Amino acid sequence: MVAAPVAPGADVTAEIIRLVDVSRVYGSGDATVHAVDNVSLAVNEGDFLAVMGPSGSGKSTLMHILGCLDVPTSGEYRFAGEDVSRMNERELASIRNRRIGFVFQQFHLLSSMSAWRNVELPLLYRAARDRKQMALNALAQVGLTGRVQHRPNQLSGGQQQRVAIARALVTDPTMILADEPTGNLDSRASREVLEILTGLNKSGHTIVLITHDPNVAGVAERVVEMADGRLRDRVAA
Amino acid sequence: MNLLRTFDTGMRGLLGHRLRSILTTLGILFGVAAVICTVGIGTASADSVNSRIAALGTNLLTVSPGSTTSSGVRGGSDSANTLTMDDVSGLADKQDAPDVAAVAPVVSGTASLVSTSSNWSTTVQGSTPGWLTTNARTLSAGVFFTQQQVDKHAQVVVLGVTTASQLGVTVGSQVSISGAPYDVIGVLTSTGSTGFTNNDDLAVVPITTAQDQITGGSPDSVQRILLSATSSATIGSAYLEADQLLLQTHHITNTAAADFTITSASTLATTAASVTTTLTILLASVAAISLLVGGIGVMNIMLVSVTERTQEIGLRKALGATPRDLLRQFLIEAATLSFVGGVLGVGAGLLAGLLVPRLAGIAVTITATPVIISVCVAAGVGLIFGVYPAARAARLAPIAALRAE
Repeated sequence: MVAAPVAPGADVTAEIIRLVDVSRVYGSGDATVHAVDNVSLAVNEGDFLAVMGPSGSGKSTLMHILGCLDVPTSGEYRFAGEDVSRMNERELASIRNRRIGFVFQQFHLLSSMSAWRNVELPLLYRAARDRKQMALNALAQVGLTGRVQHRPNQLSGGQQQRVAIARALVTDPTMILADEPTGNLDSRASREVLEILTGLNKSGHTIVLITHDPNVAGVAERVVEMADGRLRDRVAA
Repeated sequence: MNLLRTFDTGMRGLLGHRLRSILTTLGILFGVAAVICTVGIGTASADSVNSRIAALGTNLLTVSPGSTTSSGVRGGSDSANTLTMDDVSGLADKQDAPDVAAVAPVVSGTASLVSTSSNWSTTVQGSTPGWLTTNARTLSAGVFFTQQQVDKHAQVVVLGVTTASQLGVTVGSQVSISGAPYDVIGVLTSTGSTGFTNNDDLAVVPITTAQDQITGGSPDSVQRILLSATSSATIGSAYLEADQLLLQTHHITNTAAADFTITSASTLATTAASVTTTLTILLASVAAISLLVGGIGVMNIMLVSVTERTQEIGLRKALGATPRDLLRQFLIEAATLSFVGGVLGVGAGLLAGLLVPRLAGIAVTITATPVIISVCVAAGVGLIFGVYPAARAARLAPIAALRAE
């Protein structure tokens, strides 16, 4: 399977993610665990994909591979045409910085920094001017203009997750990867966060959402289910 | 990530963790200050002991009479007057004793000194101009008596500073010693007391005059001969020369039967030097322990914060930081803390060096070595324990670091 070359300016939906027979194996001998077992998956630009599955199904490992936080044991992973499975640590860091925005279940904000400083973080690892302005714009997109100087502990859970979304947005990434973004939130805050993600998708962002909750997965255009390290498609909601 | 931005990030990391930064800085500060101060006190005590020994005259040899053997009973030294003015002139001979720089015979007794306003009883020593050199003394006022004045049995006296103030006299005054009038021609510089002897309470007169009027006895006999070697290095050869010469002139072949004893202040100096070394080692150990305690404190704070920092490292990696970026950030953080702590520690140490002498009356001498060593060790500990755990965390996979608890 070779991705067809795309002519510049051509109005073709670009393929962002292509996983071919990707496996991730932990341990050896009898203790071998196939966390991800021969998974193939393609995600196009502008998609809103949800990966569903119970805990232990391997969806977290898949998310780490998709986010270039981990490399597959075997198989091929192309991200926007680049072969990620052969990249070294520096190149992976660069891909994460330029191409991917992360939203974690535990928010992972730095408690000692204000909201806008947290949003600015990924910009520190690339050549960027007007970092503060970019961070403020991203915070405005998630409706937190009035909270830019607040520290994480001065914000509600929903607000903290919105800061994290702003941090994912600020680099204008190719894909936003959200790992159980509503896992630590009450239903109202969850709805807000999902609305923001839906809105971002409507404005053209590619989003991959990982969750165990069918209601959360329901906001996505396409849902795939993971069980025992294997993937199967489900009818879109 | 350019250096300026790394620096900015590092600074923000420090300001974001104020308590940790302050505790680390304090650990380094107190370690450095304690070392500077304790070693300063040790150095000052050593200097003080050394200068007191130098005041005794480390080049000084003292020839005492004795021991005599009469009817099979050996008397102790000083039990006979076996030293003569001939011995003095023999020892002064540059050919026979080239390493002897100065010679002074001494007779001494106790006498009552009377001035117009007061009276005072003290030791009166009779000697020659060589007394000043052999005792390593100087004058704070006036002059010492000359050989001519010795020859003429002049009625002149040089006083110790305590004696002069007790009598209320200065150069040019007159005092009466054992009823005879003397002109005060000089006052000695103070050297303080050594053991039981107050070196500032005495009177020195020409030996001839002393024999006439104070100590009595034969004009040829002396109680003690003071010798000074040309330098502290030649004191051994001066000792041998004096020993040979006196054995020869006293016609003694068996050294065990010598009727004189030569003692040296350098034996005292050796003892004192070893005492000083012990003292310095003791203080250096105290300093090393305070540095160690400070270092462990720094280490502790750094290691305790590792879990928290590991998550931060994981997050930064997920957001695109390379291990190099992270290493530089932590290096800058640790270096800044170490530098600030070191500089403040040197400042506190120097301040203590100024305050301790005033408040506690203990002398402090600041030298460069403890300052340099303590700053290097403290900064080294801060750097190693600030950077090493972070460097290890920077090599972890981003998820492993993010999930650290």
